[in-house]
Amino acid sequence: MTKRDYSLLGPDGARAVETGLAAAEWYHTEVPRKVMKDLMQRSDSPAIRDTIILYGCMIGFAAGGIALWGTWWCVPFWLAYGVLYGSASDSRWHECGHGTAFKTAWMNNAVYEIASFMIMRNSATWRWSHARHHTDTYIVGRDPEIAIMRPPAFAKLVAAFFGIPDVLAFFPRMIANALSGPTADERTFVPQSEWAKVQRVAIIYTAIYAATIGLAFSMQSILPLMVIGLPRMYGAWHHIMTGLLQHGGLADNVIDHRLNSRTVYMNPVSRFIYWNMNYHVEHHMFPMVPYHALPRLHDTIKHDLPAPNRSIAEAFREMWPALRRQLSYEDYFLERALPASAKPYRTDFHKAALGDAIPAE
Amino acid sequence: MPQWIRACATDDIDEEDLIRFDHAGQTYAIYHSPDGKFFATAGKCTHEDVHLCDGLVMGHLIECPKHNGQFDYRTGEAKRAPVCVNLKTFPVKVEGDDVFIEVA
Repeated sequence: MTKRDYSLLGPDGARAVETGLAAAEWYHTEVPRKVMKDLMQRSDSPAIRDTIILYGCMIGFAAGGIALWGTWWCVPFWLAYGVLYGSASDSRWHECGHGTAFKTAWMNNAVYEIASFMIMRNSATWRWSHARHHTDTYIVGRDPEIAIMRPPAFAKLVAAFFGIPDVLAFFPRMIANALSGPTADERTFVPQSEWAKVQRVAIIYTAIYAATIGLAFSMQSILPLMVIGLPRMYGAWHHIMTGLLQHGGLADNVIDHRLNSRTVYMNPVSRFIYWNMNYHVEHHMFPMVPYHALPRLHDTIKHDLPAPNRSIAEAFREMWPALRRQLSYEDYFLERALPASAKPYRTDFHKAALGDAIPAE
Repeated sequence: MPQWIRACATDDIDEEDLIRFDHAGQTYAIYHSPDGKFFATAGKCTHEDVHLCDGLVMGHLIECPKHNGQFDYRTGEAKRAPVCVNLKTFPVKVEGDDVFIEVA
């Protein structure tokens, strides 16, 4: 059994570079150029509509929570506000970071900055982190966004539903970034030209949190923190629930997104919060396609993909036992069957790159 | 020694689109802009080893298909992260129905 080293400065990452597994050419389903051009087309209107709904609901729920503060009636308002603040911000950060949500650049950038703050990610650092995630998806030692490392740390996964590990990691990093720019591991994927921006963003975040905490002290109430900061914890559960399903229990160190990503059919509310990232194989294979076109992309290429999970619950029933098995056997992963219409998995791609380092199946 | 090489026919590229052109071990991207002009750049993104031919042309921008970095293909200027390094451009001329690029 191979022991994985997830450090970006460690031996697994170095080996991925040496063997060509890093920055490799990935498998793509063939889609005619005219069809793909149509799928990639940008539009402002779906994202403007969704953003008005999102921010309108957030203002309404926060107003309800504040008005009813001190009574139990405020609880449902804060729960609803929290999931929009602490979970919908994850998908807005993601889509606007790709620059695909809106056609107009400043709209993408504005929503990206707001969402980055809410989800507690330095907007300058994480733009680069996510680029690496797409270059080297679930390549051990290269991908800085591996949500479930092997063997899985279940206590940490459960705590993540309340935002605890992310928040505990965020604040020391924010202070470090504010004082001296990116950390050593961040400097492996953030270009030097952006280091000053990382520091500037961290200083702004620090000032906003300091002002919010100061207001809470002056009011002798946690109410300001219920609006800014705490919803990243009490509303995190939805983005963790959906995020773990993206790659959990599937292969790592492969260069075929059908092997390491999962598409799950979801209810309309979750799809609104998650902005259609439930079509995750499709998103990784064609990151140029905006969220509102992913259902059409799914229809176009589903003949070449493993069957999607039919619901969130079904996907967890598939993933959870696989994670438990990885506790005792780190190399275990789920390999889902392809339909007869699909091209076979190109395991030869990553086998050739990994050589003797390939996990036993 | 620079020389003009025929890259394609004018109607090989839809308006607001691009194609790949390979010559002498080099790869290029040839663009047809919305105002009917033709341009040429290096074929691969300066951020990573990804060909731009699968990307999206929006006006005078080309967006890389892997990480959504953008360049102005008329000047090669990097316009959107994660691209930071400009794209090399090449002179283009149209003679009749043919598009030529000048390569070294």
